[in-house]
Amino acid sequence: MSQPSSLSDTHLRPLFEAVSITKKFGDFIANNDVSFTIHEGEIHALLGENGAGKSTFVKIVYGLLQPNNGKIFWNGNQVFIPGPQQARQLGIGMVFQHFSLFDALTVAENIQLAMPPGETIASLSVRISRLSAEYGIGVDPDARIHNLSVGEQQRVEIIRCLLQDPKLLIMDEPTSVLTPQETGQLFSVLRRFSENGLAILFISHKLDEIRALASHATILRRGENVGSVVIDGQTNRQLAEMMVGAKVKNISRQNAPEKSEVLFEVKKLCRPKDSIFSVALRDVSISANAGEIFGIAGIAGNGQDELMAALIGEWRGHDDGILIFDGMDISGKGPAERRVMGMGFVPEERNGHAAVPSMRLAENVLLTGHSLGNLVRYGLLDLFGMRAKANLIARSFDVRLPEGNPLASSLSGGNLQKFVVGREIVNVPRVLIVSQPTWGVDVGAAAFIREAMLNLAAKGSAVVMISQDLEELFTIAHRVAVLNDGILSSAEPTIDLTAEKVGLLMGGTHVSREERT
Amino acid sequence: MEALILTVLLTSVPLIFAASGELIAERSGVLNLGVEGMMLMGAVSAFAASSIFGSPYVGILAGAVAGALTAAVFAVFALGLATNQVATGLALTIFGAGLSGLVGAPFVGGTIDGLPTLAIPLLVDIPVFGNLLFNHDIMVYLSIGFIVIIAWFLTQTRAGLVLRAVGNSHDSAHALGYQVLLVRFYAVSFGGMMAGLGGAYLPLVLTPHWSEGMTAGRGWIALALVVFASWLPSRILIGALLFGGITIMQLAGQARGWTIPPQLLSMLPYIATIVVLVIIARNREFARANSPACLGQIFIQNK
Amino acid sequence: MISMTPRKHIPLSRTLLTPVVSIVLTVIIGAMIFGLLDYNPLSALYEFFVAPISRPDQIGDLFVKACPLIITATGLVFCYRANIWNIGAEGQLIFGAIFSGGVALAFPDWPALILMPSMVLAGMIGGIFWAMIPALLKVRFNTNEILVSLMLTYVAALSIDWLVRGPWRDPMSFGFPLTKMYSDAALIHRIEVPFVGMLGQLHWGVVGALLFACVAAFLLSRTILGFQIKVMGDAPRAGRFAGFNPHVTTIGVMAIAGGAAGLAGMVEVSASMGQLQPNVSFGYGFTAIIVAFLARLNPLGVIFAGLIVALAELGGDNAQIVLGMPKVVTGVFKGILLFMLLAGETFNRYHIQWQRTGNKLNLKEK
Repeated sequence: MSQPSSLSDTHLRPLFEAVSITKKFGDFIANNDVSFTIHEGEIHALLGENGAGKSTFVKIVYGLLQPNNGKIFWNGNQVFIPGPQQARQLGIGMVFQHFSLFDALTVAENIQLAMPPGETIASLSVRISRLSAEYGIGVDPDARIHNLSVGEQQRVEIIRCLLQDPKLLIMDEPTSVLTPQETGQLFSVLRRFSENGLAILFISHKLDEIRALASHATILRRGENVGSVVIDGQTNRQLAEMMVGAKVKNISRQNAPEKSEVLFEVKKLCRPKDSIFSVALRDVSISANAGEIFGIAGIAGNGQDELMAALIGEWRGHDDGILIFDGMDISGKGPAERRVMGMGFVPEERNGHAAVPSMRLAENVLLTGHSLGNLVRYGLLDLFGMRAKANLIARSFDVRLPEGNPLASSLSGGNLQKFVVGREIVNVPRVLIVSQPTWGVDVGAAAFIREAMLNLAAKGSAVVMISQDLEELFTIAHRVAVLNDGILSSAEPTIDLTAEKVGLLMGGTHVSREERT
Repeated sequence: MEALILTVLLTSVPLIFAASGELIAERSGVLNLGVEGMMLMGAVSAFAASSIFGSPYVGILAGAVAGALTAAVFAVFALGLATNQVATGLALTIFGAGLSGLVGAPFVGGTIDGLPTLAIPLLVDIPVFGNLLFNHDIMVYLSIGFIVIIAWFLTQTRAGLVLRAVGNSHDSAHALGYQVLLVRFYAVSFGGMMAGLGGAYLPLVLTPHWSEGMTAGRGWIALALVVFASWLPSRILIGALLFGGITIMQLAGQARGWTIPPQLLSMLPYIATIVVLVIIARNREFARANSPACLGQIFIQNK
Repeated sequence: MISMTPRKHIPLSRTLLTPVVSIVLTVIIGAMIFGLLDYNPLSALYEFFVAPISRPDQIGDLFVKACPLIITATGLVFCYRANIWNIGAEGQLIFGAIFSGGVALAFPDWPALILMPSMVLAGMIGGIFWAMIPALLKVRFNTNEILVSLMLTYVAALSIDWLVRGPWRDPMSFGFPLTKMYSDAALIHRIEVPFVGMLGQLHWGVVGALLFACVAAFLLSRTILGFQIKVMGDAPRAGRFAGFNPHVTTIGVMAIAGGAAGLAGMVEVSASMGQLQPNVSFGYGFTAIIVAFLARLNPLGVIFAGLIVALAELGGDNAQIVLGMPKVVTGVFKGILLFMLLAGETFNRYHIQWQRTGNKLNLKEK
């Protein structure tokens, strides 16, 4: 351990202690010699970037994974946690980031599945109602999960945990699906629990949230514990440094470029819900100028996927005149036609959407390149051309490759993201539309990608960037609009925006009551 | 007329067994297309056991065990090694048809004593219905009993809830600590046992001899029946009677000189199943409640 | 418990080794089953795998047996690469036989030059027609193509049964369920190999099958069509992102598979039977699925896989004659082979480790 634990001064016996946990997947070391301690009533944040090993660690605590090495102590006694059932018997509960609910079953049935056998649905329903009233969490025991909103589903998860009377509650990124207002509610509930002695371990990578809720933090980086600290003694900057392992650059806002021609326009785009899980888009309007990065903020699940599909052309409505590219109506055109006209797209999900993991890099070039240039002639593939293009992208966008023509799946997240962004930018599209361009990539790659988008805009292209990351939006976007529940606010210059204002917009304050009903 | 209804009832018994077993497997999320193979193994084992031991009741037992063991082969591959369920099920059918032919070769041409009927005292004397409903062999009662038990199991027991949960979302079930593969193993084995029983009924009651491929596609009809019943046990009963009735109708029709070709009647169960598939696919809310969302999906532990 | 972690790289040697290991294991397990059932394993294996190809003319027969398997499996490769689970090739094959048979029986006087291409076309249309039912239902209503194509196989088998017993039966067939014999122009002829003469039943359809597999290999690896199919199979979302239409792909691969199966049906009847009968296919449509897997979904591999599986079929015939085994015993080999191939695929894709855990079933927990 590089840093001595600052918790050693406490005289309390720890509730839970993990010593030198190591977990390998094949040759990949997800957790390397990680130690961790939590006491009764303590709210402890597990901090780290995507891929730092946080999820692996909490899965070991909850018995979902078995460590290759290391010891676990509960109330000072060494224990072995072979599975979640045993974890729950000890008093460990977990709320997952992706809910472990059964959408065809009712709330009560879902909860019964997590309880020891013996209790009837009827008596359970009474307890559910009582607990949810006590903490102000409204949940109907007889509702089927697929009819509930995401926030409600999370409440079901939390109630499910709490009914088992846990001593330690683990939460994996509990706020990632919530609005700032819902987050506030959640935090006040959690504080009340901790006052009653519940220890809470929660995963996050949002510094402000951690500061607002937790007293202690353990920071993981590339599978190693780089420090367990009392949060009050640390600045955000120090925490961030531990997390990313490099100096965080201060943000300078982008000045809006001189008003110039509109390159890409969306006029009152509407899209009905196509399943109960999707979000309807209502009168979404965008107007992106040449030389501008147009940012779309919002919490995931507010219509980003639906909007992106409409912008790419994977989904097309029946009306004309909705999407205008450089004065031409492209509403009815498919993705390949839009690319030929000079558009480029980078969807959020790398694996299986922007790239095919099981295919080689050269073939992935063809994914968006088959309608451009001459990689395909008379239906025949130009294998050499594809290789050459892949190498060109790799060289210009600093994609570090294993030798030869590797499978996309063999690239790290950051390298693959540089590749899929680079694949579009080398064609110098006049309009580039990207979604969460730096999600889950390392800091270096993120900086590179942002730089590349700024350069593209500087050449006179328009960039539309959907992002959850406010820091990213403030850093490189010129104007920002907020997407909430399928409605896009009007865009404002970044220079005039505050984080509070955007946060409020994300929470839906611009949506009037009439519109919502 | 009574004879006709009786025949319909008996023809539907193998379908009830095989389909309700497959229903349990599918509710746990496993699509086992090997029903025909498991039925054949059940049939040949039942015949062999009852001709060796001279008791059809030993035959029933042998059929059940053989069916379950055959299903266990499927489980080893499709669950243990996470192989594609469709292809594995086909392999099981091909394998079962071959092995049953090989095992049964010495028994071709032999006959056995069929299962005796067991009249239920008092009830059998009820006019009209008595003889029709309460004067059967033990497997008829068993098949109805299983339908009732399965319906109760699925809706009223915790184990049934776990089974439905595993079929609805194996990831969630795993996250809660349920042994997805073990639950599925039991479900598949039970399905195999039931298919074995369905197969056993053929030599033990319907035609007291063994011949290669004597199930004659009943395994596929059973698969169709599960979909036709939209994964509800009670509808299996109705569907089996309907499908069984169609088979008898063509025989009766031929005897009475109907002009409808018997092949067209035989097509009806398959066509009806396709129609039901379309209806289910169109009405998602309806399908969501009972159809297992994870049907046919591979689950890999510790991925 | 078994723990599986995906491999990042699958070396080519592994990919090629899997089918070989599968075949070896299949033979060993098959021999063990023979031994358990009191057959002499070695002589059984000899009759199965050596005796059927011990003379040159038997090699010709091997190719003839493999012919419908190669054609059908090549078509199925397209479906499975696109992740469309068409398991109704048997029915599509039967409809190819029905349609081409209809042309052959309706126009017996046409010269071969016109009749033969018409029959090829009719056979393919028949197979495509039958494949379009599950394809269109999937595209329109999102129904499960596995179940629909499977159900339709039985409808097809019943259809041809009805035709040859009913409206198409030859009045001179003495009550046998057979149509009239095809005219000479409707028959596919045997090949006269220079200096050798006839090689068993080796016919021109075999040449067509081999060509078809080669063309398919080219289509799949070197054209945008093949790329589209593979992308749609591996990552459908990426396919839509690329601008490919999933519905068009579904219909396209089903048409290819249906057309191929229909062609196989036409060839089989014209080359080997000369008339329609209730059983025009002996499970070729299902066996072709095994062939496609054995070939690891590679059209060139299909040629070898088709020959190997055909050998097991011929072996079954031979074992029936020589050892008195039932003919279905081939199924034991085919079934085990498919099991082994599927398991091999898993070993190929995952690191498999055996771990001990003390975890007990939760159903039983108190």
